[in-house]
Amino acid sequence: MTILFDEHVQTEGIARGALMGPSSASQRELHTHLLAHGAVPSLDARAVVRLAADSGLTGHGGAGFPLHRKLEAVIAARGRAIVVGNGAEGEPASAKDRWLLTRRPHLVLDGLQLVARATNATDAYLYVNHRLPITTLDDVLAERRRAGLDPVPVTTVAAPDAFISGEETAVVSNLSGGTGLPRFKSVRVTERGVRGRPTLVSNVETLALLALIARRGAEWFRAAGTVEAPGTMLLTVGGAVRAPGIVEAGHGTPLADVLALAGGPSTRLQAVLLGGYHGTWLTTDEVVSAKLSRSDLAPLGASPGAGVMVALGAGTCGLVEMSRVMSYLAQESAGQCGPCLNGLPRIANQLKSVAFRGGDQHAVGEMRRLAGLVVGRGACHHPDGSMRFLSSGLRVFAAEVELHHAGSCSRTSGDVVLPTAVTR
Amino acid sequence: MKTPTARPRLVVDWTACDGRGLCAELLPELVSRDEWGFPLIADPTVPASLRDHAERAIAACPRLALRLTTA
Repeated sequence: MTILFDEHVQTEGIARGALMGPSSASQRELHTHLLAHGAVPSLDARAVVRLAADSGLTGHGGAGFPLHRKLEAVIAARGRAIVVGNGAEGEPASAKDRWLLTRRPHLVLDGLQLVARATNATDAYLYVNHRLPITTLDDVLAERRRAGLDPVPVTTVAAPDAFISGEETAVVSNLSGGTGLPRFKSVRVTERGVRGRPTLVSNVETLALLALIARRGAEWFRAAGTVEAPGTMLLTVGGAVRAPGIVEAGHGTPLADVLALAGGPSTRLQAVLLGGYHGTWLTTDEVVSAKLSRSDLAPLGASPGAGVMVALGAGTCGLVEMSRVMSYLAQESAGQCGPCLNGLPRIANQLKSVAFRGGDQHAVGEMRRLAGLVVGRGACHHPDGSMRFLSSGLRVFAAEVELHHAGSCSRTSGDVVLPTAVTR
Repeated sequence: MKTPTARPRLVVDWTACDGRGLCAELLPELVSRDEWGFPLIADPTVPASLRDHAERAIAACPRLALRLTTA
C-alpha cells in the first residue's frame, strides 16, 4: 500500500492535543514543504484537468464526486470562476482536515492554486474550521505570497461552528455574505455559486492530493487503492482503539486493517460507526468482511464518507451514544426546513426515552415512521444523513433496545465515546 | 440524464415553505400534508391532465416555495 502523505503511516494522538501543537512532522514551514515535495511543476489548465481525470481523484469531503467533472462544469459555466478550499469540517468526530491545515497547509494551498489555474479563477478562498487559528494560516499565505507561489490571491474565512457549515451551499452562502446556512439548490454552485459566479468547492484533502498528483503523476496515485477507487484517504479513527487519531489507508483496505492502523481494538468491539454522524453503524461481523470502498460498502448501506470511523467497545451502550448524537443533530438543524426542524427533535426525544427510560414498545416504530417523514424533505443532506445514522443504529442495536425495554442496559462505564463538541 | 420525454416534477424549496397548505388544497391529487402541515408529495411527476392545476398551486403559494422542474 502506498502512503501519500508521508513515508510512514501518520498516527496523531488527537486526545493528547498533538493536532494543534508544533511537531517535527509539520510541514507548515515553506522550506520544509519544498524539501519534502519540491515545487509544483508548471501545468496549463488543460493539463490539470487531465491529471484530475487520469488519476481518478474524487472528493474527500464525503460525497466522492470526481474532481475533474466539477472542474469541467466550472470551466463550462459563464463568468469568472471562484475556487474554495473547504476545510470547515463541522463533524465533531472528524479531525483530518484540521490535521492537514495544521501539518500540510502548503499541499492544500498548492492544490488550491492548481484548481484556480484549471478554472482560470480570479479569487480563491480557504474556508477554515472555526477552531483553527486563522492567523497562522494567514502567516503561511504571506510567506507563499512573498515566494511568488500564489498567483491567485487567497482569502481565509472562518467557518461557523455548525455541523452543516461545510455543506456546499452553506459555504457559498457564507462567502456571498449570507447566512452560512444551506440553500435550496435550483442551480448548481459550479454554475452559480459565490456572488453568482461559477464556483468550485473542494475539500482540502482533495486539493492536497491533487498537489501531490501534479508532482508525481496519475500513475503514481493509481498505484495505491483499487482500479475503480484509486489512491488513499485520511481517516479519523476514534473510540475503542489503542491509538486514536489520523491514519491513511488505501481505498479497498479491509476495515479491520484500518482499525489496526489505529492500534487495533482496545477492548472487545460491539459495533463500528463509519462515515460520521451522517454515516452508518456496522456490526462487528460486517466490519470483519467489509472494505473501505464505495462499491464494497454500498450493500451495507454505508460509504467511507469523509473518513470517520468510531469503534464502540463492550461496556458502552449504543443507544446512549446514539441518543446524545441524535439530540445534537436535532440542535444542529439549521431550522429552515419544516420536516427537519420538527422531525429531528421528536425522534431525538423518542430515542432518549428508550436510551434512558427503557421506552415503550411503540418507540422504535414511531422513530421509523418519523424518519419516513424527514428523509428527502430538506434543502440539504442533514435530515437524510441523520436518518441513516438512526436507522442503521436501530438495526445494529436491536438487541440493546430489547434489553432497555426489559429495564436493563449494557453500559458499565460512564465514558462518552461519540463527541458532540470537539475535544482535542 | 434527462430524456426529452421527461415529465415535469413538483419540487419544494423547503427553506421557503412554511406549511401554509394552499398547494394541498389546490392540488389534492398530488399533495397532502404531514402532521406539521408541510406538503407530502408521494409522486412528484405531474401528469398532463393536472398540469394546469399544478401551475395554479405554484402561483398561489404565498412563499413561492413550490416549483415545477423538468431537470
